[in-house]
Amino acid sequence: MTRGARQRGGPLRAAPLVTLALFLGPILAGLAGTALPAFGLLPALGGEQLSLAPWGTLLDAPGFATSLRLTVTTGFAATLLSLGLVVAFCAACHDRPLFRRAQSVIAPMLATPHAAVAIGFAFLVAPSGLLARLLSPWATGWTRPPDIATVNDRSGIALIAGLVLKEVPYLLLAALAALNQVRAQALMRAARTLGYGPVTGWLKVVFPLVYAQIRLPVYAVLAFSLSVVDVAMVLGPGTPPTLAVLAIRWFSDRDLSLWFPASAAALLLGCVVVASIAVWHAAELFVGRIGRRWVESGRRGGAGRSASFLATGALGVVIALSLASLGVLALWSLAGPWRFPDALPGGLTLETWRAQADALAAPLRATVAIAALATLAAVALALLCLEAEARFGLSPGARALWLLYTPLLLPQLAFLFGLQVLFVRAGIDGTLGAVVWAHLLFVLPYVFLALADPWRAMDPRLARTAAALGAGPWRVFLGVKLPLMLRPILTAAAIGFAVSIGQYLPTLFAGAGRITTLTTEAVTLAGGSDRRIVGAYALMQALLPLVAYAAATAAPPLVWRNRRGLAVA
Amino acid sequence: MKRLGRRAFLSATLAAPAAAVAQTPGHPLLATPWPDVVAAARGQTVFWNAWGGDDRTNGFIAWANDRVSERYGVRIQHVRLRDTAEAVARVVAEKSAGREQGGSVDLVWINGPNFLAMKEAGLLFGPFVHRLPNARFIDTEGKPATVTDFTVPVEGLAAPWRMAQIVFVYNSATVRDPPRSIPAMLAWARANPGRLTHPTARNFLGATFLKQALYELAPDPSVLLAPATDTAFAAATAPLWAWYDALRPHLWRSGRQFPDNGPAQRALMNDGEIDIMISFNPSEASTAIANGQLPPSVRTFVLERGTIGNASFVAIPFNAAHKEGAMVVANFLLSAEAQAHAQDPRVLGSVSVLAIHRLPPEERARFELLPRGIATLADSELGRPLPEPHPSWMTRIVAEWERRVAR
Repeated sequence: MTRGARQRGGPLRAAPLVTLALFLGPILAGLAGTALPAFGLLPALGGEQLSLAPWGTLLDAPGFATSLRLTVTTGFAATLLSLGLVVAFCAACHDRPLFRRAQSVIAPMLATPHAAVAIGFAFLVAPSGLLARLLSPWATGWTRPPDIATVNDRSGIALIAGLVLKEVPYLLLAALAALNQVRAQALMRAARTLGYGPVTGWLKVVFPLVYAQIRLPVYAVLAFSLSVVDVAMVLGPGTPPTLAVLAIRWFSDRDLSLWFPASAAALLLGCVVVASIAVWHAAELFVGRIGRRWVESGRRGGAGRSASFLATGALGVVIALSLASLGVLALWSLAGPWRFPDALPGGLTLETWRAQADALAAPLRATVAIAALATLAAVALALLCLEAEARFGLSPGARALWLLYTPLLLPQLAFLFGLQVLFVRAGIDGTLGAVVWAHLLFVLPYVFLALADPWRAMDPRLARTAAALGAGPWRVFLGVKLPLMLRPILTAAAIGFAVSIGQYLPTLFAGAGRITTLTTEAVTLAGGSDRRIVGAYALMQALLPLVAYAAATAAPPLVWRNRRGLAVA
Repeated sequence: MKRLGRRAFLSATLAAPAAAVAQTPGHPLLATPWPDVVAAARGQTVFWNAWGGDDRTNGFIAWANDRVSERYGVRIQHVRLRDTAEAVARVVAEKSAGREQGGSVDLVWINGPNFLAMKEAGLLFGPFVHRLPNARFIDTEGKPATVTDFTVPVEGLAAPWRMAQIVFVYNSATVRDPPRSIPAMLAWARANPGRLTHPTARNFLGATFLKQALYELAPDPSVLLAPATDTAFAAATAPLWAWYDALRPHLWRSGRQFPDNGPAQRALMNDGEIDIMISFNPSEASTAIANGQLPPSVRTFVLERGTIGNASFVAIPFNAAHKEGAMVVANFLLSAEAQAHAQDPRVLGSVSVLAIHRLPPEERARFELLPRGIATLADSELGRPLPEPHPSWMTRIVAEWERRVAR
């Protein structure tokens, strides 16, 4: 390489480092900014010396023990249930035609923001919800809603269910991707030849390989379930709430001395997540040991017809509940007067949409702008990193993957508060740039993960041919690689867009109330507003990512209608 | 008991003598002629931080935005809060970060403990109310809550914009004879388990439910007008907690769950989950019937020994970026046009802060044309409101409630 070429490569070579700094810098700084107040240090509020008082306040808070227990039980239950459902479905149905089709149903479900699903789910299962209305009074005898806590219940069952609705699609997609990598069909053929039943064979031969691939996503689900705020606000108990919601309450109290115990709670939540992942990992080893004995026992298992029936049914219920949750949002947004126990609204009207059009416009614009900018930045950074990796022969190790997962494995609360303090110091809180940056922390990992595999799998001969024909590296990048990668790039962008739309806490903390999105508005309104209006906000929030997905799917064939080889799906 | 200790400390600071009246003394805007204020406001966007949980109030703020945009070129951006405390916290945080101007809160809907906290911490701009041309029509004599908020002198640091008084709404289709005293409420709940609730005490209205009960149960209610001390609080609230412990098992969800706020409670009423609810708006029932948010059979009642009343204010933080625009909005909210719109039972139905009889005839006519809702009590039935206790009572009641309920 000539000197000039090396110089041209200079900035590109720095791309991975710059990305890492943009990405890990705020997280580390934010963690420190949360940890210091947890130990009494926040000079702006008079916290000048190291102290354990914040922890004392936290431990003495009414219902603290319940909050902690609730956090752990809901987090583990949601993760175990989601993983169990996914594994059962894969084991029972991997050889059925509907298995491949599941993917196309699941992808849009994954795109739907947590908050929208949670709000719709509450509309569905509340004592006055759609399910009770459909069954009353003819089947239940209820002329008024029963006095049963089906949402916000004290043991967090509604919260667990709401989380499962969203985590099952995520883990199932991860499992499907992993199945493509482990040559599952060949392994299953061998297992069948040895006389293993389809379910037993899959669990014994394929599952260990798949699990190794989806371990990080499972940890991410565990971390998310333990620390989620928006879903817990909508579906979780209130007195006392989960640890994450308790911390948020204190962070927004007018008495700023509560920031100290709030920071302690956020830090404790971080510790709970780390400890939970460690416990989960230990359990993996334990289950692995038992599993090995089971594998070695040589039991072949039967045809597993009832297992398949049950697993398909369970997944069907999850899918049906998710779709119904969105459907009920749409129904409420179009409803006229609709009183219990009428199964359906008295009439359908566009009145709510008309009345809310102006109010919806501003958060809609902000939501789209933030998502578009964060996605654009994330795609650009990911592409530059991947190009640098290819051009300079950098080889990212397994540790790089863990780095990427950092923001997904840490509770958002643990560093967002510290980040907000930094943003206020820098005078950029409440600006679009700050919110976009905060979103980027969560958009980038997903975009990178979605782009990396297709990029690395690109046939290197095409780029080499172009280079041999005299094209410089940038021309190859722009003229050959980008067009080839259009579909994965658009898919990654759609994922990034959806991730940004779903963010609640990053907007809350970095937006300083000046920037609100459909998500923050929907969660605020979900506290008590008219269901028709909440329905409109949540539905709009749910539709945006779907539009992005549709566009990402529809664009390549349109763009490449004169390039047959690229246009094929 | 660190938490209680901190609370006690907080109350002690709250009880300290009021700070000097002027929070931003010598601010040039306080001497600027009104036309110049209006001229400077043109083109500004006022970030009005207001609780965003009520659709009708949200709709009213959107209406106000249309009007002031058209007339003064001032835009209102409604920052929808889950709790007013969030805005106070934001201003405190900005002050501690040294942001003395260009703050992110321009106007805040406020009263009670939040107002006192800002006043005590010197976080308010003003006094500015006397600079507003429409302020001369405020009914300071007939409605003393417009100048004394929760026993705390307002001193021109916040402009009133709507009156509030506690009423109870009941469904006349299922409740024949609503309970008109706090002890009767307990008897009614015993006979009708699960049919009564109140918003969580962390919410303003929920805390007021307990304060309302305290007024009737306290051995000597006059202590409520002074800052609460440990001994006064223990003595005054002992009967309240005895009453509440007896009541709670008979509340909706056996008193283990509470609606987040007033609108959430109204939804329960609309769905038929509960039969009686508390409200801060005397025409809640009529307005909600008109908007399809409550069944036509709901009616209003008050307690025989009177109910608590107060005023809602807007205040301008000391570091607000758009003080001129905020003053223009505060002045517009005091106009007969805005007050009559707010008092319309089809809009908010909140009683005006103005002395209607002092208005010029053509402005007075706006109010005379308003319909009185079918489910709204006459002024004589409503009775003169009881004054709000000192904010420290509310702060302590909420902490004690949390200690008892969150387990």
